[in-house]
Amino acid sequence: MLILNNIPALLVAIPLLASAVVSVLPSARIAWGVAFVTTLCCLYMAFELTEIVSASLTLSYAFGGWEPPWGIAFVVDGANVHLVLLVAFISVIATVYALTTLKHEIAVEDLPKAYAVWLLTIASLFGLSMTGDAFNLFVFLEISALSSITLIALGAGQDRRALLAAYNYLIIGAIGATFYVIGVGYLYAATGTLNLLDIIERLNEIGTNQAAVTGLAFMLAGIMVKAGVFPVHIWLPAAYSFAPSAVSSLLSAIATKVAIYYLARLLFGIFIDTTHLIDLFLLFVLMPVSVIAIFYGTIAAIYQIDIKRLFALSSIAQIGYITFAFSINTHSGISAGFIHLINHALIKGALFMAVGIFAIGIGQRATMNSLRGVGRQMPITFTGFVIAGLALIGVPLTAGFISKLYLFKAIFETGNGIYVAVIAVSSALSVLYLWKIFEVMWLQEPLQPLKIEKEPVLACVSLWLLVFTIIIFGIYSAGVSSYGMNAANALIGVR
Amino acid sequence: MSSLYSVLLNWNYIVVIMLMMAGLYIIISNQNFIKKLVGLSIFQSSVFIFYISLGKVSGGTAPILTGVSDTVYSNPLPHVLILTAIVVGVATNALGLALVVRIHEAFDSIEEKKLLALKIEDGHQENEQKDNKL
Repeated sequence: MLILNNIPALLVAIPLLASAVVSVLPSARIAWGVAFVTTLCCLYMAFELTEIVSASLTLSYAFGGWEPPWGIAFVVDGANVHLVLLVAFISVIATVYALTTLKHEIAVEDLPKAYAVWLLTIASLFGLSMTGDAFNLFVFLEISALSSITLIALGAGQDRRALLAAYNYLIIGAIGATFYVIGVGYLYAATGTLNLLDIIERLNEIGTNQAAVTGLAFMLAGIMVKAGVFPVHIWLPAAYSFAPSAVSSLLSAIATKVAIYYLARLLFGIFIDTTHLIDLFLLFVLMPVSVIAIFYGTIAAIYQIDIKRLFALSSIAQIGYITFAFSINTHSGISAGFIHLINHALIKGALFMAVGIFAIGIGQRATMNSLRGVGRQMPITFTGFVIAGLALIGVPLTAGFISKLYLFKAIFETGNGIYVAVIAVSSALSVLYLWKIFEVMWLQEPLQPLKIEKEPVLACVSLWLLVFTIIIFGIYSAGVSSYGMNAANALIGVR
Repeated sequence: MSSLYSVLLNWNYIVVIMLMMAGLYIIISNQNFIKKLVGLSIFQSSVFIFYISLGKVSGGTAPILTGVSDTVYSNPLPHVLILTAIVVGVATNALGLALVVRIHEAFDSIEEKKLLALKIEDGHQENEQKDNKL
């Protein structure tokens, strides 16, 4: 019972404590073992959490017995309970994947410390997805930024440009986080509280207030930097392309998603929109920006030779789909956004994993030139890669199709045909860059024998776990779509 | 006139805005990676001062119980928050400076223009190596 009652706190505390333990362990294998067991514990607790929340709808956890709004509260409701599960699930799989791949990319003596930072990142992502306190969120935001910068910089062993990518992320990320803090200051000045639920109540009492509006604008700007929304995404492609491949798949799968979830919470959950400011923001800022992001990301990916950078750019387009769904500003739009949030996390995680396995196989960076014929040499990985790629396009029987289906449904409800064209054309364009890779990898002759004897078993297992999940979610979509509905219900009320 | 007067009366916020703009300008305009971090520090400090001024109640004293019933206290919460933010700022700066050391080791420069040129060169070299292997 002690564990069940304290799950929200333990989800953050256990990886945090484990990271301190892991950092002093002498052997990389033991360090990995501790990290793996920790993430497994987190996955178990996240499952328990879904059961508790499905019974009681909203779980509010007060730290140290200090009741909110005085103390810090963790709030788990329909909007984030499956996000917590996603973070736990991806972190287990990415940890399994890290065992075979990280040792190729990082010096062996650095590995225990790398796993320590890895656990720190996971702890902060759990915190980000559950906290109900605006300032506490800033602290987790910075923990996640600093630890993921360290992980990205670890890619310097392979390519020194990783350092520049990490430095850029540090500067841009710190400006974003500071903008967020300014916003929290304004909201605090207007309402005198930091608890998100309490802020809603106070804002209801005082009505629309210029300080509160300014604060919200600053907070949105800060969170958009972290989420990689189009005009402030510039840190993202370099960071994901030079990071070690396990890190790329962990961060691209869940780090930006957590920020996007919070963006949705700020847009729909906080502000009672009496002057339609949020509606105007969604229509005239977020929607055009998302459309540009979709086309920019997809077209830039078509011309890209480096595969990891290509998928980082396609991430910007996919984040564009999610924010586009939010900007439709209807119940079904928000649920479509949350459905794609989950599905894209699985798809992009799998794609980065596959690219990492290819890179180990050929012993150098994966590019359009170096990957010639690798699909024939590594058929198991290649099959998983193709399925995940098809899911990215949105082919039926994969999770990506479900995303597109709900997105189309949300668009048809608005009755505006132009948006249908946006999604259809951009999906067709994404076929271009994926086909280019498939062709190079399968139809051309292999350049040279592989550097490894056979495909790394554990890495393939973790890739295929994600691929199976993608297929299962493509066929039995009820779970994901009900999560989307629940999230929309929790944010803007039952419709 | 009265609005200008009230702006001047809140001169602490003018200081905050000036520091904030100075910090952002340094980050954007400077080529040197260490100076960029200094700019970031100034930018963050402006927000600290913003919070600290928020918590000040005019005529208020330090929030320690005096025993006198009608004492006016300043709001301690923003000050405590900023204590946390200062720690975060120190960590950010430390990590940034550590990265600058590594960048200097790897590239032998911390000037943005030169690093950009080196970065592009790295990319070209990579492509050429692959072309040679073909």
